[in-house]
Amino acid sequence: MELFQDQVLLSRIHFAFTAIFHILFPVLTIGLSIFLVGVEAKWLLTGQERYYQHARFWMRLFLLNFAVGVVSGIPMEFQFGTNWSAFSRAGGDIFGHLLGFEASMAFMLEAAFLGIMAFGWKRVSPGMHFFATCMVAFGGSLSAFWIMAANSWMQTPVGGEFVGNRFILTDAFAAIWNPDAFWGITHMWLACLEISLFVIGGISAWYLLRGRDTEFFLVSFKAMVVAAIVVTLLQMATGDGAGKSIFKAQPAKLAGIEAHWQTNPEGEGAPWKILAWPDKQLQANVWEIEVPNVLSLLATYSKTGTVTGLKEFPVADQPPLLLPFYSFRLMVLIGLLLAGLMVWSLWAWKKGELVPERVGRQKRLLYAWMAAIPLSYLAMETGWIVREVGRQPWVIQGVLRTEEGVSRLPAESVTGSLIGFVAIYTLLLILFLLFARRILQKGPNLVDSPVEKGKSHRDINRFLAKKHITRY
Amino acid sequence: MDAINANLPTIWLFLVGFFLLYYVVTDGADLGVGMLTLVTRNSEEKKVMMDSIHSIWHGNQTWIVILGGMLFGAFPLFYSIVLSALYIPFIVMLFGFIFRGVAFEFYDNAEWKPVWLVSFGVGSLLATLGQGFALGGLLGGISVQSDSFAGHPDDWLNGYSAIAAAGVVAGYIMLGAAYLVARTEGPLQERSFRLASAAGFATALISAVIYFATSLLHPSMAGKWLFRGESVWPSLFLYFFLFLTLGAFAMYFRSLLRKRQLAPLVWNWLVVIFSFTGLSIGLYPAMIPSVGAAALTVEEVAASPTTLRFMLVVTLILLPIILTYTSYSYWIFRGKITRDEGYENR
Ligand code: HDD
Ligand code: HEM
Ligand code: HEM
Repeated sequence: MELFQDQVLLSRIHFAFTAIFHILFPVLTIGLSIFLVGVEAKWLLTGQERYYQHARFWMRLFLLNFAVGVVSGIPMEFQFGTNWSAFSRAGGDIFGHLLGFEASMAFMLEAAFLGIMAFGWKRVSPGMHFFATCMVAFGGSLSAFWIMAANSWMQTPVGGEFVGNRFILTDAFAAIWNPDAFWGITHMWLACLEISLFVIGGISAWYLLRGRDTEFFLVSFKAMVVAAIVVTLLQMATGDGAGKSIFKAQPAKLAGIEAHWQTNPEGEGAPWKILAWPDKQLQANVWEIEVPNVLSLLATYSKTGTVTGLKEFPVADQPPLLLPFYSFRLMVLIGLLLAGLMVWSLWAWKKGELVPERVGRQKRLLYAWMAAIPLSYLAMETGWIVREVGRQPWVIQGVLRTEEGVSRLPAESVTGSLIGFVAIYTLLLILFLLFARRILQKGPNLVDSPVEKGKSHRDINRFLAKKHITRY
Repeated sequence: MDAINANLPTIWLFLVGFFLLYYVVTDGADLGVGMLTLVTRNSEEKKVMMDSIHSIWHGNQTWIVILGGMLFGAFPLFYSIVLSALYIPFIVMLFGFIFRGVAFEFYDNAEWKPVWLVSFGVGSLLATLGQGFALGGLLGGISVQSDSFAGHPDDWLNGYSAIAAAGVVAGYIMLGAAYLVARTEGPLQERSFRLASAAGFATALISAVIYFATSLLHPSMAGKWLFRGESVWPSLFLYFFLFLTLGAFAMYFRSLLRKRQLAPLVWNWLVVIFSFTGLSIGLYPAMIPSVGAAALTVEEVAASPTTLRFMLVVTLILLPIILTYTSYSYWIFRGKITRDEGYENR
């Protein structure tokens, strides 16, 4: 087959596959760890065992998820050297040290405190345990910061100059705070929160539907409804910001994801395609459904703002069209649906449906929350496809083409490792889902109490006594 | 300041060397424990072995992630050439890491647990073999043309690298056994004492062969043994570290004979540090020893001064912080391993 000869394409598939797999796990790590900080804080403040039990229950899922995230992350890092060696040589000056900072600031912090968080319940005081949980959460978000800064730099490479294919850094802060960084980092971090809140809410909904531990899970469910008010809206706002950032820095990508061929003439607005079938050979859309002026409005805040069309770019510099176009629409649709789900839930809450006796009857709402789990992941993956495929044919925007960034490896080597990764990751995903299901079926341990445990008994009483909480 | 600016690549060489050695002595022990489970029959003992590294292996492994990032940043050319040249060993190592890494959490959740003990052992072995062949491939020399790897994907597969791989396997098992001596008691500890001696002998023997073979392969190193260089210092350093290595080996065996708990592990660290430093001195200034053309030197593979300076400042601030909290987490989990470290008892 031809595919197995094309070493560039193989390496792209290799990267895409391993990245799409890896990112499934960190998003939940980042959001769930923040949730764990919240429930542990609540436990320390109120002394109610229920929050301790929440912490213990969700932590199991967290640890399982984290394990797969870590093992799939390490191949990502090494892949830059193994499969993208020319890219590494070109961008190493900035790119490498951002990865180094990510590891030394974020991963190290996570790794060291994760041990205490997972095994330290009986070995450290509750206050110290809480601190460890905070550090794990901080490390997770920090790693998102560094990796997104690195990825944004690939979209808007500034902070130095290219001397024959090699980037020489002159201003590290400018490179880190590159024009795309703010939107890239915030939109991604919010995606982590959004996905995690729908995972927590969706799983809670599953228990509510079955009438299992209703009071317990109503707590987490309602907390997630509240969080959704802020997060779903901010997600759309930052998405809008990200779009405007592409408009400024990556006009070909913007024209590509909007299937916009012809620059709109002065005084006339650019239409927004709801749906279309762009065709590169024709250099036009085969068919399209459009709303006038909306694209200008979205990109420039003005009804007649100029939006550069694809035809301004040589065919060799035009990005792939179908995949980004439809991925983008899917992401936005899901973003709107999730915001709608938030409104629906608030409405049900206001009608007094979210109480233990009645919530079980809100079947549709609860099913919708369960469906939101895969949908939110899908939105994230399609968002990445927009970002990464939309950047093509460049690996570093405007400077280094993807085909120039690749290692000169024989196609068999890449095929071999690709097959290996596909096989291993498929297995990991199946096992992950199997074990996650088992954790959920087992459910929380509602008789688990921190007081019964040997050493921690004394500590907790002492700790809570200091805080004038009389419960124990 | 000027002295620092002039020597940035060398400073970074030392830092990267520190990351590498820290990784080898800590995660090397973890991988060694993993390989030792493969020759342990009793599955309860295997579980205790796994538990003995449960709370620390991840932090230890993170040093190779730091090492990767820092090499990428400080020596981009090195990173790009070496990783693409040694594609297969590195991919094998990554697969090994996956099997080892998921074993812990999957064991806790699985109903059929023995599989994950195997996954732990086999993963550790694969990762070690990958690292061993990568080391052999690098030290044996890589062929480079106009800043890219220009050799064949299986250049790393030869007798020399097989010896290097055997050395890494033996060395990690030695570290793992010494670690188990420190962390366990009873019959498992007894056996670990014996394994630590056996692995120590094997490591010493293979190290000698590696030193010899490397000198044969690289005339510049042989020249240093024979005081052929312009300056006598490299030769003196080389002999100095050879004697330190021998001394550390001697103390290691002595501490095993005296049934000391922690001393064997500490002497073992020194063995690794001294012997690795000696080997690096033998090859310096080559960062990528090469076959055919001239080797690439430290200066040649380094990033720009701005990058090196910025990374240096950040790293020097970070390192003490990392070492502090890492020590704290080691401290929390100090002492002998007992059986109740299991899932429900966390
Ligand atoms: C839960 C996930 C999720 C949801 C609901 C949305 N997004 Fe998104 N989007 C992402 C998750 C995501 C992402 C996976 O996190 C991306 C890929 C990389 C990044 O920084 O964010 C992304 C990228 C991304 C990009 C491309 C950035 C680039 O190429 O540089 C744009 C223009 C938008 N988003 C816009 C939106 C809009 C207008 C949304 C409104 C409904 C929206 N996104 C909802
Ligand atoms: C984790 C979420 C991510 C996903 C799902 C993802 C997805 C993809 C996809 C689909 C491609 C292939 C594009 C193509 O060749 O058509 C790709 C390529 C690539 N991405 Fe990402 N990406 C992610 C994150 C990142 C990050 C954080 C970085 C850098 C720090 C990065 C760097 C690259 C590089 C170097 C390539 C290869 C060159 C190329 O094809 O352009 N990716 N990614
Ligand atoms: C494509 C580029 C990427 C690379 C090279 C990469 C690298 C890594 C590495 C080496 C690890 C293991 C760390 C350890 O040993 O503890 C890891 C885990 C992690 N990564 Fe990635 N990663 C990438 C994409 C991302 C993205 C886009 C995010 C988030 C926005 C992210 C967030 C995390 C987090 C939070 C972890 C901790 C483990 C987990 O949460 O499952 N990574 N990554």
